[in-house]
Amino acid sequence: MNKKNELTRRGLLTRALAGVSALTLAGCQKVSESTFFTKVLATGEKASYKAQRLFLSRKSMAQEFSEADISPRFRSNGTLMPNNPAYVAIANNEFADYRLEVGGLVERPMSFSLTDIRTLPGRTQTTRHDCVEGWSAIGKWKGARLSALLEAVHLKPNARYVVFHCADPMEKNGSSPYYESIDMEDAFHPQTILAYELNGVPLPIANGAPLRLRVERQLGYKMAKYVMRIELVDDFSRIGGGKGGYWEDQGYEWYAGI
Amino acid sequence: MTEPMPPVSNIHLYYRHSLPVRIMHWLTVILLPILLMSGLNIFNANSELYWGKSSYSGAPPLLELRSKEDDNGDISGVTRILGHEFNTTGFLGASNDGEGVLEDRSFPSWLTIPGKRWLSMARRWHLFFAWAFGINVLCYVGYSVFSRHLQRNLFPTKEDLHLIGKTFKDHLLLRHAAGETARDYNVLQKLAYLCVIFILFPLVILNGLGMSPGINALHPGWIDLFGGRQSMRTIHFIVTWALVGFTAVHLFQVIVNGFWNNLRSMITGNYRIRSETEHE
Repeated sequence: MNKKNELTRRGLLTRALAGVSALTLAGCQKVSESTFFTKVLATGEKASYKAQRLFLSRKSMAQEFSEADISPRFRSNGTLMPNNPAYVAIANNEFADYRLEVGGLVERPMSFSLTDIRTLPGRTQTTRHDCVEGWSAIGKWKGARLSALLEAVHLKPNARYVVFHCADPMEKNGSSPYYESIDMEDAFHPQTILAYELNGVPLPIANGAPLRLRVERQLGYKMAKYVMRIELVDDFSRIGGGKGGYWEDQGYEWYAGI
Repeated sequence: MTEPMPPVSNIHLYYRHSLPVRIMHWLTVILLPILLMSGLNIFNANSELYWGKSSYSGAPPLLELRSKEDDNGDISGVTRILGHEFNTTGFLGASNDGEGVLEDRSFPSWLTIPGKRWLSMARRWHLFFAWAFGINVLCYVGYSVFSRHLQRNLFPTKEDLHLIGKTFKDHLLLRHAAGETARDYNVLQKLAYLCVIFILFPLVILNGLGMSPGINALHPGWIDLFGGRQSMRTIHFIVTWALVGFTAVHLFQVIVNGFWNNLRSMITGNYRIRSETEHE
């Protein structure tokens, strides 16, 4: 082996290695801001969504827990009290005037009072709430099955997503109301409920009173609080920032089963 | 070079690493740091580790990285492990924000992808490259079984196991194999690789998957085998650092056992052996 050649090769390799690592660190930040690369990364989300839809059926249930597992205090994250005068007004009246509007791609648009919601077929479940940040809390939820509500309004055949419009504005000036969307697989899942009770008492405002969505096989941000209106759509690109939810518009995954 | 150059005729190249092994090795070299660093950015969103099903069982966290503010408004970084507190200002809990100012941050910017606090982007990196990593590990295991790489090169032989004490001593004294004995992995090397491939990789993948609420529903309660979701987050973290530890030892061994020869063999496949030692 030619010694001189080998030394140059070594020098080159060392310099290449140093260069590569410096470039990589700076590049990770840059590349995260490029449209092409974020599209590449988004294929990971699509793969996870497809794989979970393949392996999970509508009957695959999220784990349920015993009373002993319930967290002493159910953590409230995000909005604690919606900064919205209309909401505050109905909250002051203990939600007696609350109406849940259901419309969009349905045969019979309807409006439900809390009493109506309570008379729908319901479900009580003690489940674990997993936040995208990493923490988990366990609570006992009671609510109306979303499937029962959707059957009552008769969906049009082209309805593909259920969109939840909420009372809590995400900007200080009262704009950007929270919203979320789920597909029909999750909408008709037996554990998907509109919860009105937490741990045996009416849902506290900090946790989303009067109605909070529970989609137990996804992360916490999918479980919209303060649900005021439900809209059935075939496409959510014209709603909000177009990504299917408030946090999705900030870059989080639409499919939050992972 | 300090070693005397042996006559050319006494050196021969031995084809040590097959092309698939080399490709999968370098993919791992790229993927593990990405997963580590994007994972640490995700960790920074909730820098506490718990044991059990939830974070709110009443028990304090096993590990906590946070910042503390004193009466003057100066912040310091605190690491608390099993109730013992350490000041880790500048590294853990509080570190430089890039402009020389200490800020509240569990793992420092230079250890995370992206460098800034950006949970959604860190998740996109992590959950994309986790697919690549998982597929790479599966391909490696499949290839190793079918090509008999596993049976031939990685399973310790009876003789290996008898020599385990001697090999251990050789390692401590940094005496490395020469000549034809350097062809094969030594027993500690084999056990370390087997441990990474069949214990650490499956653990890190399973405990990562266990944090997915969707995958939890595959079979309700399966994650209780690992103590519950928060335990899995803790195990995922610990195994990650075990892999970092393995990598450190691995790099050290690569360097002390002939860095350029090892590096070449992992690039071209060819490992240089000095045949004069055949007569030992």
